[in-house]
Amino acid sequence: MSSNSYDYVDGSAAAGELSKIFAVDVTAAEGQCAHCGAIKRFADARLYTQSPGIVARCTVCEHVLLRLVNTPQRVLLDVRGMTYLSFDRA
Amino acid sequence: MWRVGKVVALHDETSTARTITIEIPDWPGHAAGQHVDVRLTASDGYSAVRSYSIASAPNSERRIELTVERLPKGEVSTYLTQEVAISDRLDFRGPIGGWFVWRTQQIEPIQLIAGGSGIVPLMSMIRSRASAGSTAPFRLLYSVREPGAVFYRDELRALSDKDRSLIVNYVYTRVAPIDSPRQPGRIDAALIANTTWPSNLAPTCYVCGPTPFVESVAGFLSASGNSPNKIRTERFGPTGDRK
Repeated sequence: MSSNSYDYVDGSAAAGELSKIFAVDVTAAEGQCAHCGAIKRFADARLYTQSPGIVARCTVCEHVLLRLVNTPQRVLLDVRGMTYLSFDRA
Repeated sequence: MWRVGKVVALHDETSTARTITIEIPDWPGHAAGQHVDVRLTASDGYSAVRSYSIASAPNSERRIELTVERLPKGEVSTYLTQEVAISDRLDFRGPIGGWFVWRTQQIEPIQLIAGGSGIVPLMSMIRSRASAGSTAPFRLLYSVREPGAVFYRDELRALSDKDRSLIVNYVYTRVAPIDSPRQPGRIDAALIANTTWPSNLAPTCYVCGPTPFVESVAGFLSASGNSPNKIRTERFGPTGDRK
């Protein structure tokens, strides 16, 4: 995956898929990258949707924050790329 | 959760873009700047989902408008701009996205910058401001290829003519009208300096367009002194049908 090409969209584009799992909007939360420590809105992450499933990467260091894959029976979610998520109280 | 919506009106904005008005009986309402996922399902079960920004202001009528630009290989956008008909039913999920939104309680200066069909969520903000009677100072810088590619031109003119705190500037990248003060060209640092709120007003900036456009504009805004946490972006890639 080239880091120089513009083959990504916003983290906010994952909001629909994530709404199947979470009761609140994860894309409006702040998350900390487990690799570089940057704290950013998830909506501002780089989202790659061409892969089987979706991959969100840190805008600072490009490490993977989240992976979400749909199979016919299961939804697989990997969020080990973030140490925490911080949500606004509604 | 998918909701069924019915197409109730169609309106061509340009030769390649169409506004679709959809009535969704159980629509919970949206905030300006949010989007919806649209799902099309073929008779063989194949389905495709795309995300489109909502163009209309929040309202109580259970109706939303989407303006969709036809992309050369976009299977969903081609259907929505050429084949969809009044009374057709489509599946919708949303509203989606809680970050790239403008709410009527925001009274600070707002800088909107659109690239092409990136105008759509920003138009929802402008319409929301007008329908709520907000006096928040708004500026829009709208980059388009050529005059014929402008969405909502008459409405933008009417709104800015009657309200001096809404300022609209166009930048043409390939073909400019004869009376344009500037040769065709992309947004650059000088244009940002001349046609956007100065950074000492601490505007909240909303930038929407293709990914390279957004990266470049966000860089200019940041270089001219705007704090990165006041710059909200919405990018759409060339391969997706987004917007």
